[in-house]
Amino acid sequence: MRKLLFQNLWRLPLTVAAPAPSEHALAELGAKVDQAARRRLGRSLAIREVDAGSCNGCELEIHALNNAFYDLERFGFHVVASPRHADVLLVTGPVTANMREALERTYAATPDPKWVVAVGDCGRDGGVFAGGYACVGGVAEVVPVDLHVPGCPPSPMQLLEGLLALLQVQRG
Amino acid sequence: MGVHSLRAVLDVGQSVAEHRPWSRAIVTPEIWHLLVEGLAGRTWTLLGLWGETGMVHLAVLEETTGSMGVASLPCPDGQFPSVGRLHPPAQRLERTIADLVGLQPVGNPDPRPWLDHGRWPISQPFGAAMPRTELPSPYSFLPAEGESLHQIPVGPVHAGIIEPGHFRFTANGEAVVRLEERLGYVHKGIESLLDGATLERAARLVGRVSGDSTVAYALAFARAVEAATETDVPARAHWLRALMAELERLANHCGDIGAICNDAAFALMHAHCAVLRERVLRASAACFGHRLLMDCVIPGGVVADLPADGINVLRALVAEFRRQLPPLVDLYDNTASLQDRTVGTGFVRPSLIRQFGCGGVIGRAGSRAFDARRQPGYPPYEQLEFATPVRTDSDVNGRVWLRITEVHQSLKLVEEILERLPPGPARGELRRSGQICEGMALVEGFRGDILVWLRLAADGTVARCHPRDPSWFQWPLLEAAIENNIVADFPLCNKSFNCSYSGHDL
Ligand code: SF4
Repeated sequence: MRKLLFQNLWRLPLTVAAPAPSEHALAELGAKVDQAARRRLGRSLAIREVDAGSCNGCELEIHALNNAFYDLERFGFHVVASPRHADVLLVTGPVTANMREALERTYAATPDPKWVVAVGDCGRDGGVFAGGYACVGGVAEVVPVDLHVPGCPPSPMQLLEGLLALLQVQRG
Repeated sequence: MGVHSLRAVLDVGQSVAEHRPWSRAIVTPEIWHLLVEGLAGRTWTLLGLWGETGMVHLAVLEETTGSMGVASLPCPDGQFPSVGRLHPPAQRLERTIADLVGLQPVGNPDPRPWLDHGRWPISQPFGAAMPRTELPSPYSFLPAEGESLHQIPVGPVHAGIIEPGHFRFTANGEAVVRLEERLGYVHKGIESLLDGATLERAARLVGRVSGDSTVAYALAFARAVEAATETDVPARAHWLRALMAELERLANHCGDIGAICNDAAFALMHAHCAVLRERVLRASAACFGHRLLMDCVIPGGVVADLPADGINVLRALVAEFRRQLPPLVDLYDNTASLQDRTVGTGFVRPSLIRQFGCGGVIGRAGSRAFDARRQPGYPPYEQLEFATPVRTDSDVNGRVWLRITEVHQSLKLVEEILERLPPGPARGELRRSGQICEGMALVEGFRGDILVWLRLAADGTVARCHPRDPSWFQWPLLEAAIENNIVADFPLCNKSFNCSYSGHDL
């Protein structure tokens, strides 16, 4: 194990350069996020992920944000285990009828100020699953959404661009 | 029992000519009973059980001969003799049939709803589809009685980045006395969305039943369509599909090995495995245009051929794995504190595994040498050399090692496929007969065998499609695996299973 750890000392890091915040995300956020709230959080945002009905593809890419290439934590984001500790809810999937209440309650348990990011084409409007008896639709049908990161699934780079926009707007 | 072969039993029924490649027969209640007894007596293995208006279908495998088939029982009065009464692996499937189609399994010892949480605007979406008026009633969990027992409810929203489901633990101090799962939270009504869908839309939907197995699902769907329409696929398409399927297996097994170690608080393995996984996804994107390879396999072949530099990209990937993997395997092997957590944890009795027809890593780590690439088998695997690794330890450690073995195996398969990739087109035209036709396929995903059954209408759209995830026969065993383990080892057991919520909930 020591050898593995040492090797990492002299190997160049795998981490990719930070992408520019997504223009589209900045535009969407600019209109929504309130100035006063922006100043409160400093430079760190706690994220709680909620799968509200996803096919689990979006989760795989959200997971990838934590690998050495994207290293989400270097930007001050970290994933927390409870909505009570969270500033941001990252919500995936078409919201299923069976998950609707759980999403509402998770949102209610998240302290203000809070932001909701709807991830994936499904989070936007239900995606391929829209229209049946079992799905309510996109995340915005159930809780207010501040930012959409579309894609099926969005790549870690796209997720990062969206989250960085959130950080930038939030810093004001 | 045991004197009849599956074929002989199904031959007594009324054969459905348009069902391919295995036979389907409309059977009488007597034959149905014979099949149920055969399942309970371990002569056959349950592959699937699903319903449609007025009929239930039972897919069965005969492991000794590799033959399989479907028995269909008409249910004119809205009920059918329960399979789960004698054969518990069928119970959740029957509860689902009651929820979705409204056909009642007579004699099923567990009459509670399963996927229906009382929150859909209609009940029995595949049957009467009645508007729902009553409010959802609370779910009655099974009781556990005894002194100083306490309950721990977990979920549906979990602490990690994982899918939602509810676990109800009853514990005595640290030791788990009973775990009861409640699933269905991510039920998206995929089967009903598939009704009447075009093949293009249906392929996208089935490819999203469980995103982590998108290649295997798309492949199972494509193979079922090709069986139904009697379409031959160009040889190169078979090989490219296998290439994608092995990349999917590599990525997922790598992620799982790391994630299991992470749940034993050994983050170093996780970090390194996540890097390897990311490299697979990047190579996949470079070769086929999508990191998870979604929508790359379609009925008739694959969407796009390997680009000019694809072979080099993938060879470099294999070389990188060969450099990085051995020290990680050594690390796992030599870290006693890690093995202390994994060895002996989450043991599943091999007899249970056989009874449930549990496939994939869990099955093979528990003595069941089943791999759909070998049985029933499909091209190009019959031309490729690989063994089916089997272990008998059936614990978390065994499941880690089995994944390690399969990673090595997939690397070799990728190399061999690149070496021997036949020339020619990567997709062909589907035959369109203008007739109703039915097809079925069984494909080995990274998690286990995926079944897709479908009926195409005369206009070529989907009339009915049922995708069955391997998790159906794995989730129940997790309840058994955790018994007498401590609560803190649940994440470890759960991760070593890595069942799909979405694939199961549909
Ligand atoms: S957007 Fe795509 S990957 Fe994400 S949950 Fe929906 S279908 Fe799955």
